Amino acid sequence: MQISFDEELSGLKEKILLMGSKVEEAIRLAMKSLVDRDSKLARQVIQSDRDVNDLEIEVDEMCHRLLALHQPMASDMRFITSAMKINSDLERMGDLAVNIAERALTLNEVAPLKPFIDIPHMSKIAQEMVKVSLDSLVNKDPVMAKKVCERDDEVDNLNDQIIRELISYMLEDRANIKRALDLILVSRYLERVADHATNVAEDVIYMVQGKDIRHRRG
Amino acid sequence: MIDEVAEKDKQARKKVEPKTGKGETRKIEVAHQEPGTENKAVKMKADDVCAWFGEKQALFSVNMDIREKEVTAIIGPSGCGKSTLIRCFNRMHETVASAKFTGDILLGSESIFSPKMDPVVVRRRVGMVFQKPTPFPTLSIYDNVVVGLRLNGVRDKKTLDEVVEKSLRKAALWEEVKDSLQKAGAALSGGQQQRLCIARALAVELEVLLMDEPCSALDPISTSKVEELIHELRQNYTIIIVTHNMQQAARVSQKTAFMLNGKLIEHDATEKVFTNPSNKLTEDYITGRFG
Repeated sequence: MQISFDEELSGLKEKILLMGSKVEEAIRLAMKSLVDRDSKLARQVIQSDRDVNDLEIEVDEMCHRLLALHQPMASDMRFITSAMKINSDLERMGDLAVNIAERALTLNEVAPLKPFIDIPHMSKIAQEMVKVSLDSLVNKDPVMAKKVCERDDEVDNLNDQIIRELISYMLEDRANIKRALDLILVSRYLERVADHATNVAEDVIYMVQGKDIRHRRG
Repeated sequence: MIDEVAEKDKQARKKVEPKTGKGETRKIEVAHQEPGTENKAVKMKADDVCAWFGEKQALFSVNMDIREKEVTAIIGPSGCGKSTLIRCFNRMHETVASAKFTGDILLGSESIFSPKMDPVVVRRRVGMVFQKPTPFPTLSIYDNVVVGLRLNGVRDKKTLDEVVEKSLRKAALWEEVKDSLQKAGAALSGGQQQRLCIARALAVELEVLLMDEPCSALDPISTSKVEELIHELRQNYTIIIVTHNMQQAARVSQKTAFMLNGKLIEHDATEKVFTNPSNKLTEDYITGRFG
């Protein structure tokens, strides 16, 4: 009985990590489709979101089954409730990758507004945060997870800076507005990705230590 | 964790000693308090309790505060000493021929072993409900409830009638049996018999109710009725329940104590114990990864 429960728990963990790696890849490719102006790639990203959505449902079903059949307690309970939250954060990140790819499709149709500098930089940090948050889940490492939370401000600042710069482009020439607005959205999506990565990291800390650090309660 | 608690306890006691003069009676009001129970007084206190059956030691220096009007669940594997501990709480342990006991147990601020305390009175104030319902099978429902009072010499019909109705109502059994009070106790279902036993305990001047696996012989519906009843009784009584059913402990109690090999390992708010226990042994036990 206990053995099958443990097997199911590790199955759940594997499924979440599989989902995490798909989401990481989707964000990476969405950014590539934008920077390289590759619309074929963008469409591919939009297509492949279906896998992440299917995984979301599978993970939820696994969690429900484990809760109903085993009534887990203590660290097992914390793992499963965290898994359910991480699950929806990952699914949202997948959606944001789709949103970025959609903006890429629009932006690739018109001449570039400006060379990409800050947005790829921001994207790099956001992707690292996603990666490290998932690593902290694998290693059950709250120290690693804490580092993810600390980087969120960096991304928020970049987002503010990017928006300020793009607004100045808009003020300069009304012809820039549409493109600048699309780029602002991309920046905002990346900022949201970093927020979800932070949520994942916070859930990992709760899962490992039973400590809720959300909303500056840590 | 336990050591910490014990240490705080000691310090708290030290602080009040000057006020108690010679320290002839131990004050317990200032003892360590778990979070969220600041206003609840200590109803019973196990103080360095050790117990033996013949040569075999069953309890090792158990220190435990039981707060009033709370449900405390004691969990742990078979043979860990949980039943022995609650049998000490109403001096039933000493009824076993080979039993030995050291330490002290306080009810309010009095030792239940003090010469002034009659064991029979202790067992009236600290009642017990067992795993298998134990009504007197040939006595009627009515007589089962008032048997304790009759033994004490109460004969007045009106008083007895009142106590029967009040106790059966408190035990959530009145509506089911009010038209058949003369039926034999054994004629009731298992769950009803268990509630009859609870009513019998309530009929005397009960303060603390000890329950040793009260639901393990009951079906889920009767179990949920007894659990509902525990919840109601908590308004007026202090309850200590021994259970093997972890979900039950989580559902009915405010405090949970985990015992292992005769020792108290962890005693904390139920929510804490079941979401984030402090001790690795507790974690292993409640997640089923024992040994």
